[in-house]
Amino acid sequence: MRFGILVFPGSNCDHDCYHVLKHLLGQPAEFIWHKQTSLRGYDALVIPGGFSYGDYLRTGAIAQYSPIMKSVREFAQAGGPVLGICNGFQILLEAGLLPGAMLRNRSLKFICKDVFVRVENVETPFTASIDPGRVLRLPIAHAEGNYYADPETLRELREHRQIVFRYCSAEGRITEEANPNGSLDGIAGICNRAGNVLGMMPHPERCAEGLDGNTDGKSIFQSILEHHPVGRP
Amino acid sequence: MTGRAIPPEGVEQHGLTREEYQKILTRLGREPNRLELGLFSVMWSEHCSYKSSKVHLKKLPTAGPRVVQGPGENAGAVDIGDGLVAVFKIESHNHPSFIEPYQGAATGVGGILRDIFTMGARPIALLNSLRFGPLEIPKNRFLLEGVVSGIAGYGNCMGIPTVGGEINFNEIYNQNPLVNVFCLGIAHKNRIFRASARGVGNTVIYIGSKTGRDGIHGATMASESFDESIEARRPTVQVGDPFTEKLLLEACLEIMKGELIVGIQDMGAAGLTSSSVEMAGRGGTGIELELSGVPRREEGMTPYEVMLSESQERMLLVAKPGFEKEILSICDRWDLDAAAIGRVTDTRRLVLKEEGRIVADIPIQALTDDAPVYERPIQVPSYLDALQGINLDLIPPPSDFGAVLMNLLQSPTIANKRWVYQQYDHMVRTNTVIRPGFESAVVRVKGTRKALAMSVDGNSRYGVLNPYRGGVIAVCEAARNIVCAGGRPIGLTDCLNFGNPERPEVMWQFALSVEGIADACRELEIPVVSGNVSFYNETNGLGIYPTPIIGMVGLIEEVERTVPPGFRDEGDRVVLLGETKEELGGTEYLSRIHSREGGFPPLLELAVEKSVQRCCLEAIEAGIIKSAHDCSEGGLGVALAEAAILSEKASGPSSGATVVLPHLPIRRDAHLFGESQSRIVVTVAETDLPKLEHQCAGQGVPMAVIGRVGGQRLTIRMEGDDRPLIDLPVERMRTAWQDAIGAYFQNGGTER
Repeated sequence: MRFGILVFPGSNCDHDCYHVLKHLLGQPAEFIWHKQTSLRGYDALVIPGGFSYGDYLRTGAIAQYSPIMKSVREFAQAGGPVLGICNGFQILLEAGLLPGAMLRNRSLKFICKDVFVRVENVETPFTASIDPGRVLRLPIAHAEGNYYADPETLRELREHRQIVFRYCSAEGRITEEANPNGSLDGIAGICNRAGNVLGMMPHPERCAEGLDGNTDGKSIFQSILEHHPVGRP
Repeated sequence: MTGRAIPPEGVEQHGLTREEYQKILTRLGREPNRLELGLFSVMWSEHCSYKSSKVHLKKLPTAGPRVVQGPGENAGAVDIGDGLVAVFKIESHNHPSFIEPYQGAATGVGGILRDIFTMGARPIALLNSLRFGPLEIPKNRFLLEGVVSGIAGYGNCMGIPTVGGEINFNEIYNQNPLVNVFCLGIAHKNRIFRASARGVGNTVIYIGSKTGRDGIHGATMASESFDESIEARRPTVQVGDPFTEKLLLEACLEIMKGELIVGIQDMGAAGLTSSSVEMAGRGGTGIELELSGVPRREEGMTPYEVMLSESQERMLLVAKPGFEKEILSICDRWDLDAAAIGRVTDTRRLVLKEEGRIVADIPIQALTDDAPVYERPIQVPSYLDALQGINLDLIPPPSDFGAVLMNLLQSPTIANKRWVYQQYDHMVRTNTVIRPGFESAVVRVKGTRKALAMSVDGNSRYGVLNPYRGGVIAVCEAARNIVCAGGRPIGLTDCLNFGNPERPEVMWQFALSVEGIADACRELEIPVVSGNVSFYNETNGLGIYPTPIIGMVGLIEEVERTVPPGFRDEGDRVVLLGETKEELGGTEYLSRIHSREGGFPPLLELAVEKSVQRCCLEAIEAGIIKSAHDCSEGGLGVALAEAAILSEKASGPSSGATVVLPHLPIRRDAHLFGESQSRIVVTVAETDLPKLEHQCAGQGVPMAVIGRVGGQRLTIRMEGDDRPLIDLPVERMRTAWQDAIGAYFQNGGTER
């Protein structure tokens, strides 16, 4: 399964995603420079974390105007899986591929630590191999991860089961305490209505290899592989 | 070359003495113009010339079988095998961080990163060592918040993880906080780049941010003491742009990969001046620049402003002939400004032109090698006897040892720093093996089985009581931290923070500290490969304690061999390596519990230290040791508490321990909270105990089996006693230790 990893000026988790896809999962993976315009031949896209355009103006706000984004929209419309992680999620919001917006963390500070998320929907290409309701331990690292949407949008997200991950306690309870950034409804990740575009604040690529004993992040990449006709072993 | 004569106040404004100005006149054979005076001023500043420290720094051992690049370049490089080198350096940004904490700290990170990637290395880890006054004072909270957000703002955006560090709090830093930043990168051994301008006729290319009017005379500012007027110095602090630096990093590494250049130097302190002069100096060449070609932020900038600006995120390259176009096109791809602004000459002179007109013409050597070197007078401080001579008999032993331990765990110097490190991205690049909050940070080296352990350390209380011992202990403790993680120390970098060198007492502290560092390095066979000196940490006549900070790097041959500091498994035996003596001088205990700073700092015998470290490392490499944690601030009591707290696993409760301390003829508070050196708390499986005993006996290392891991409480009893001195639930200690610093910011924290 051929993965494309978008690289904007200021992307900095591009190498980490590449490392997981290429070296850990043995998949063909390539960097795609943001000035490129074609996405022909790719089976899935990853928009990695980092600080595209230095987060200047607003996170993801400038990246959405990069030349490659037109093709990303077409790719998504055609049903291709697109995974936006952290800044990638922010870019997907700015590009209108996912609904809602990001506010600064409740603490107004950058937060880097492990959190727990509960998998709310396992009928997406990114979660298909995960048991329903499973709790994953994943790292977050962001200053703007406080997801917000108006009540109507939230209602629709719920109705169409677009909320994929929610912050929770180690036991899987959704509590205010477990919510690291003040995100609406404890939302950590959402997908589009078709389910093929996922944005998530936690970094699954940072805990796929098990350097510190945790491989929970791997299940998300594995889902993409197992779900996709080309990816199946 | 025309110019008006320089009035005496002009010389003084440039931070030069009359004698130094006379030296310039003699060397040039004429009066310098204002631009030339400015060039001398920055190149001869303490910051750039090391004029007060040079004679002492020569004592440091810098050679070793692994050393690929010692001091003198942008950073040191040490061979780690597999064709790779670790490139690292530590640097201070104290003065700017006090004037403007966010930008001061941010540009400190930016500067050290450039030092590393200038060498052709990709930075993979940042650490920092910070000193502030007590957090009870609002200004200090403001400074800590600003500095931490500045470090986070820059490092996070660059995608370089900040994996560790240390922070100490002491009133002596109220007016002079310290911000020392360490960076390590990885390069191919045969592809290290140096800051040298070679090849007459080669093109000199400027890349990066445009030059503005910021940071003019930053190097001179960093070479002066402070008084009330510091607010007015804010314009001398630069403003960081990490996004541009990220582009600069990627562009430089791409240019280096293509082998398109002969030399490269970042524009740090003294900007375009030091970069061009130092490159020509090292290359034994001259350099000619056309200043009208320098990309500028605003119109009407004078050559003086262009040459002395410390605008950040700029590099100077010397192109290989024929590759100029390729370099410029790489910069274009990364949306970076780039311009050919001069060439290498054979004149050994710095010639600056503006629109073809010569505006400065100085022999390179006059700016570099001819800079003044001072053997400044030294004198033993008069306060020393009073400070060392406190009568410990008058210090009452505590009635509740448990309360003392809880109190120490909440001392901001000892307490967990998660309030700080959670603001740093410490996981990006996915190499972090041991996260911040431990004594060493460990990152694996991708593409190999290896990992690198890093630690920054220094104790200024020891330093003021006995600068020599302070220097020795800084090196030994940093090395001990590395050993505890399973690493073999392979090199260090030092950041020497001191007061005003024109004071003989300060020079005495400096000279002795350096001697201490040098002696410890020789005994432990660890070379100093890079470093930085920061003098003039003095405000209104009050200088800081001598604060030498050591950044130590160790090699772990197999990443799986990394050893954590926290207890591992129930039933493991707790063993103390080394000897506990009655040493309370200069301890955190004395300061925090009894509000006294004095006495003699703990003794350190280098031969003993060496054998303890060797013994511990060999036992780790033999796979016997399951956890290792050294005794430092707060002594054995705090070390045991931390080992219990840090035993936290992904799931399940943490492990406490039951400890019985053998009877010693010393005070009980010294036994538990004294800071005797050369001690490590390790745990081993019961079955491995004889092997460890055998090894310690063979190497003459004192060891005592003092307890057993288990339960969820830490219980410490003295041999012969019925009741324990300390009996605390681990969770209670953890909560106190973990929340202590954050508690200062719950209300009234200043948000930026």
